[in-house]
Amino acid sequence: MTEDTIAAFATPLSSAGIGIVRISGENSINIIKKIFVPYKKDTKEFQTYTAHYGFIYDGDKKIDEVIILVMKGPHSYTREDVIEINCHGGILVMKNILELVLKSGARMALPGEFTKRAFLNGRIDLTAAEAVMDLINSQNQYALDNALSNVAGKLNKKIKGLREEIITETAFLECALDDPEHYSLDGYSEKIEVKVKNLIKEIDCLIETFDNGKFVQDGIETIIVGKPNAGKSTLLNCLLGEEKAIVTDIPGTTRDINEQRLVLDGICLNMVDTAGIHDTDDVIESIGVKKSLELIEKADLILYVVDSSKELDENDKEIIDRIKEKNVIVLLNKMDISNNNTQLEKQFENIVSISAKNGEGIDNFINKLNDMFFSGNINFNEDVVISNVRHKNLLVKSKDSLELVLGAIYDGLPEDFYTVDLMDAYNFLGDIIGETFNDDLADNIFSKFCMGK
Amino acid sequence: MSELIENYDVCVVGAGHAGCEAALACARLGLNTIVFTVSVDSIALMPCNPNIGGSSKGHLVREIDALGGEMGKIIDKTFIQSKMLNKSKGPAVHSLRAQADKAEYSRAMRMVLQNTENLTIKQAEVTELLIEDDVIKGVKTFSGGKYLSKAVILCTGVYLKARCLCGSSINYTGPNGLQPANHLTDSLRENEIEIFRFKTGTPARIDKRSIDFSKMEEQFGDERIVPFSFTTNEDEIQKEQQSCWLTYTNETTHEIIKDNLDRSPIYAGIIEGTGPRYCPSIEDKVVKFADKNRHQVFIEPEGEYTNEMYIGGMSTSLPEDVQEKMYRSVSGLENAKIVRNGYAIEYDCINALQLKPTLEFKNISGLFSAGQFNGSSGYEEAAAQGIVAGINASMFVKNKEMLVLKRSESYIGVLIDDLVTKENHEPYRMMTSRAEYRLLLRQDNADIRLTPIGYKFGLISQERYDKLIEKENLIEKEVDRLKSVSIGGKKKVQEFLEKNGSTSLSNSETLYNLIKRPELNYFVLEEIDENRPTLPSDVCNQVNINIKYEGYIARELRSVEKFKKMENKKIPEKIDYMSIQNLRIEARQKLDKIRPLSIGQASRISGVSPADISVLLVYLEHRK
Repeated sequence: MTEDTIAAFATPLSSAGIGIVRISGENSINIIKKIFVPYKKDTKEFQTYTAHYGFIYDGDKKIDEVIILVMKGPHSYTREDVIEINCHGGILVMKNILELVLKSGARMALPGEFTKRAFLNGRIDLTAAEAVMDLINSQNQYALDNALSNVAGKLNKKIKGLREEIITETAFLECALDDPEHYSLDGYSEKIEVKVKNLIKEIDCLIETFDNGKFVQDGIETIIVGKPNAGKSTLLNCLLGEEKAIVTDIPGTTRDINEQRLVLDGICLNMVDTAGIHDTDDVIESIGVKKSLELIEKADLILYVVDSSKELDENDKEIIDRIKEKNVIVLLNKMDISNNNTQLEKQFENIVSISAKNGEGIDNFINKLNDMFFSGNINFNEDVVISNVRHKNLLVKSKDSLELVLGAIYDGLPEDFYTVDLMDAYNFLGDIIGETFNDDLADNIFSKFCMGK
Repeated sequence: MSELIENYDVCVVGAGHAGCEAALACARLGLNTIVFTVSVDSIALMPCNPNIGGSSKGHLVREIDALGGEMGKIIDKTFIQSKMLNKSKGPAVHSLRAQADKAEYSRAMRMVLQNTENLTIKQAEVTELLIEDDVIKGVKTFSGGKYLSKAVILCTGVYLKARCLCGSSINYTGPNGLQPANHLTDSLRENEIEIFRFKTGTPARIDKRSIDFSKMEEQFGDERIVPFSFTTNEDEIQKEQQSCWLTYTNETTHEIIKDNLDRSPIYAGIIEGTGPRYCPSIEDKVVKFADKNRHQVFIEPEGEYTNEMYIGGMSTSLPEDVQEKMYRSVSGLENAKIVRNGYAIEYDCINALQLKPTLEFKNISGLFSAGQFNGSSGYEEAAAQGIVAGINASMFVKNKEMLVLKRSESYIGVLIDDLVTKENHEPYRMMTSRAEYRLLLRQDNADIRLTPIGYKFGLISQERYDKLIEKENLIEKEVDRLKSVSIGGKKKVQEFLEKNGSTSLSNSETLYNLIKRPELNYFVLEEIDENRPTLPSDVCNQVNINIKYEGYIARELRSVEKFKKMENKKIPEKIDYMSIQNLRIEARQKLDKIRPLSIGQASRISGVSPADISVLLVYLEHRK
């Protein structure tokens, strides 16, 4: 079964080493031809199981020096034509390459989609089937989590708002088409032109947040909390000492506290170094309730360090109360001594056991961070920010559809043509938040307009 | 006791708009057919609005005609006013609507039924389905007669356990005081068919002589009348038309209604059925759209030989005295004399999720149904299902492949797919917004889309089919010619372009590309198209649309390709959804209830997510 061509990162994003962008589908080879310039100009047709050295170009702009691996179907993981681009890791480079691939005709793969294709094309044996379905099914869970999560909720709300505006216009148009004797479209094209332009502006703003790499540059506001002696300082030192960590002071900070920028596996954390300004480890007590609340409120991410060798007490409960609505990673420290905190599992989703002292479990922590970051679960506090390539891609498509509406208006096409692209835009936005086509339109028409004989 | 027993191929229960098309299709396909009606005088009755067509419904009539149905031909014979709606909009939403002479319409349809070979008309109330081992065997009437048949089509309209409400007065009758069918529901229930109760309503009819038309706006028909049927000669149906009239409700009208809401059977809680949102009573409009200080009222003639006028936009079930006050508050109706009161009608219908897309019941072989019985509303929706049910009952009897029209090829396909796939809690009305590919599903190309199908199933004659093929050839040839003819920047051409507000040519350009310019079209280009052949107007029209909107059409065709891929992934009939562990419970239940034929259909079920569909795909592959 030939489907569209999909692409995704095949390795976690990292600031060092090599990263792989994988493309699968009948269009893979065409796509790579568009963006890859081999070092030896005489490279013939890409044959299966060959590697090619060269450069990825976005038009005239050189993006990266890469090695391309070609695996033609059926002798590939998915049994489709597969291309793997081995590029230099680093979030921006990998992101740029993936975006370029998507722009050139691929679609962002859904979670588990490579595996799903491998299965559907008979590549994986039956025992894998259950696992594959679990993987795909996690999309449902993901959509649910997203809707519930406070931060992603903002994106959700924003997209819902945009969709609401689109469907209101479409409903009016449809209503006037269905009941022309009750609803007139005279002068409507001027009105909708303004609305569509505004929608495009809003979508542009969202896309920009991604394009600026604002996320990557500005970093995630991170605060470490926990009781005295839970191991906060040890953790910080441990992270700072981590091979993958790049540490810089943030110049010109206006805050009255010291802040350090820490790039962990390509993800940039602005660590509020509470330990640095106060001798005591206890944030809650020493800075005072007001200050700590402010910090927690501002933070995009909270690292809650717990001494797992001790029972939770009143102080822990107080901390939990204050942070439970936020993005939290619970770090069960001193795993080398003991590990008994089932109580926390009920309250928090992201729990990692570590030993800050000897560095055990830190990799797990970094992986968890990666997961949260790329699923869009960590976000900036103040604005809605697009951090997910799939989301960005859908926003671009939605914007393209709205541009087509403008085109139809300028060409003087009849109003019913607007609805074709308005609904496309609506559905692309719906894909972002996991709401796709249903009877929204009819419901909207009925609830907003009085129709009938 | 001896009893009457007769044998037929097909029994059709009900002779409304669905029943007529169904019976005609069966008889014309050579099957010995009997159609039952509670009153022969009410064949093809139009108990509510006096028109056929309208937005998207006009499409349905065209499609019925393209398949070989009767509705379009009858309305072409009996209309008294005709109008193409949405003419200023795109071709996809142009829609024909005709005011019918109601009595003439019924009579003309009855004549056709009476003169169709293989077709028997019987006045009797069907009270029982004869079913053995989940296979239909025939029907039984109130008087005890047994009519054995290989297939049965239920088209009972609004007659099942019908009751009409007007204030607190309740009549246990069908529309217009006709006899209801009170027994069949029990037989349906015994056979595990799930029953819904729906409601609809109609406004009062007012004596023409009591209306002051000088206070209203006159609404004329089109100057040039376009027929519904592709077989009707346009020149032969041009005639003098009757006018409709437009007036408005006002604040006083709304006050009267609000003051008496407690006497409305709906607001007093007497009505149990669910009414349609798109066709609200005037009470509903005033309550739900309180910010509007007036509503349009269309005064439409019910026929040439009657003084009764239909009061469109003011359907009501308020008590008689309130109705009189309310109508008389409307400008021009101050002295109105009501001939028939408005009323609400409640009736039994089925949950159409029990049907296959062929309109056959999933659990009873050979039993089909169509029309308002399936939870739709409107004459056109009923007739559209009727012809499909008729064709499929015939194919069932002949043991041949049945007809399932796709969403991508017809409004009828959208209508039936929606009915059998989506939970429907109110009478379903067709709307253009329900069709995903409406630029392809235009009323002007219904013949190109569906006549080959009608031909294949045997309702379209060889002659009509040949004509269609000829038309298609002419269209293709003309498009090719326009692609090949280039014109240069001759003075005449440049002047022409300037005159039409179009940029002048620096290089030569094909006529084809010029047609695509927003300010030009095929028709105006005639002036500079020296060797243009003389072509029928419908051919010219197709050429113009195909070229002008080519970009949009191509995009929709691409979406259709994707859609078809999903439709072609069939789901085996015996699949056990409840055992698919990875499907969410809600999805399992929905899929198990609806039992979609394809992945495409499954994806349209509300409550089944894209991820569920992925799981299903993997599961199906796993089974292989």
